[in-house]
Amino acid sequence: MRKSFLPVLTVVAAIFVLWYAMAVVLNAAWAKDQAKRAGVELSFSELVADTWAQDKPKLPAPHQVAAEIWETTVEKKITSKRSLVFHSGITLSSTLLGFVLGTVLGIGLAVGIVYNRVMDMSVMPWVIASQTIPILAIAPMIIVVLNAVGISGLLPKAIISMYLSFFPVVVGMVKGLRSPDMMQLDQMRTWNATASQQFWKLRLPSSMPYLFASLKIAMAASLVGAIVGELPTGAVAGLGARLLAGSYYGQTIQIWSALIMAAALAACLVAIIGLIQRVTLKRMGMA
Amino acid sequence: MGWIVFGVIAWALGWGLNVWLSRLPRSRATGLAVPVVFGITLLLIWESIVRGFGISPVLLPAPSAIAGRFVASTGILWEDFVQTVLKGALSGYVFGCGAAFLTAVVVDRFPFLRRGLLPVGNFVAALPIIGMAPILVMWFGFDWQSKAAVVVVMVFFPMLVNTVEGLQATDAMQRDLMRTYASGYWTTLRKLRLPAAMPFIFNGLKIATTLALIGAIVAEFFGSPIRGMGFRISTSVGQLALDLVWAEIVVAAIVGSAFYGGVALLEKAVTFWHPSQRG
Repeated sequence: MRKSFLPVLTVVAAIFVLWYAMAVVLNAAWAKDQAKRAGVELSFSELVADTWAQDKPKLPAPHQVAAEIWETTVEKKITSKRSLVFHSGITLSSTLLGFVLGTVLGIGLAVGIVYNRVMDMSVMPWVIASQTIPILAIAPMIIVVLNAVGISGLLPKAIISMYLSFFPVVVGMVKGLRSPDMMQLDQMRTWNATASQQFWKLRLPSSMPYLFASLKIAMAASLVGAIVGELPTGAVAGLGARLLAGSYYGQTIQIWSALIMAAALAACLVAIIGLIQRVTLKRMGMA
Repeated sequence: MGWIVFGVIAWALGWGLNVWLSRLPRSRATGLAVPVVFGITLLLIWESIVRGFGISPVLLPAPSAIAGRFVASTGILWEDFVQTVLKGALSGYVFGCGAAFLTAVVVDRFPFLRRGLLPVGNFVAALPIIGMAPILVMWFGFDWQSKAAVVVVMVFFPMLVNTVEGLQATDAMQRDLMRTYASGYWTTLRKLRLPAAMPFIFNGLKIATTLALIGAIVAEFFGSPIRGMGFRISTSVGQLALDLVWAEIVVAAIVGSAFYGGVALLEKAVTFWHPSQRG
């Protein structure tokens, strides 16, 4: 941990330096244009200062994004439509609902695949094939169709999240439920264990490391699904809506702040699962 | 009513056939037949539900209607395919994976860089990068260049992380052997470490195939010229022409499966020595 602290810090610092430099390069054209119109010659330091403080820059500097995030999270009321916390909350709720649905569906399918030969042979290839369909591309249709049936709000977005998150869970759980080797299965048989005992006492516990690894992927995928699911609803609420509204009106700072917020949300959610994983595996004596 | 009965019969027949097939000794033929029967059964049930319950084509078109639309509008579908897949996704895929590969080789030479970049890369790979799409569309314009840029950003980090990990896959004994042969860095890289990294590299390439398609299509929601699969999907949804949307989905599914299958075949040819390919 300590050994990689310095290198990581260096890389992150390099990213920030690169970001500031890119901001100068990308925003310079606009700054020069403005200066020419005003009839003033910009010195280099003035140019740099200007590129880091534009209203609608091509690439906002990090401190501008940080200021925007501070303004829209801490200084705005949470109930306000301009508060980023409000939008994050909406995205978070559909992410979590989709994640729970996807996990339940994934575990159910995995149990079926492990215990039923017909399901193993018929469903598994389709589960894999289902992921080659870019579901995100048909998100608008799902939203519109479900809306026409009278299902709106949280559920359509959660369904897209569910579709994205069930796949890693299925794959991981099938692998995990099959991870006990012949010796352990034979041992259960010599103890005259029933099928359900074999499941609850051997297969399920030994699948836990696999489950948590897939849950992390599923959570990240679920957040992506929720964000994209918000795009076609007409930019009403949620981080995806902030992205879309920002791109309509050229509010680059707003786009970047929504993006950073989404990244922070993803990092937090994955970290929480990591924490649960560590506690659970420790209590089970596996870590 | 007749259609509903037909659907129930199709379901029972398909299920029975699959149960019978799965009891046969496992072979290549049954392994292929079972999922095919499953798929056909699903399509038949779908068709009979749509017809039997009279579901409006605005909500869910029947498979036959989708097939009809597919055949009738191959021109549009081809144009969208060229715009989105060939120009957007494929160029971005090649460029992104190539850049990630070269970066990984460089990163691998410097342990300091590797220790720093790997956690950051892992972190970025878990982020909702698709959100970069509106920004990149702003930077690179509405045409396919911005879609390729989105694809590059999306595939870069998964590919980088996998390649760096793969280049670590040789153990000390193997590297020592290369040293006793007096082989330099480049020979070791070419003859030992790159071949050993291939399973990891192909893992990254496979993940990147689906990401590339998703990136290219979703980027078109943020602005595109009047062609492209994402553009067609979002506008056709607005016009309630759902059969065309489903036809595009069929194209996307075929392209996605073919893309993935192609990379998987290449993997089989390149990493024939790996245990996972031998069975």
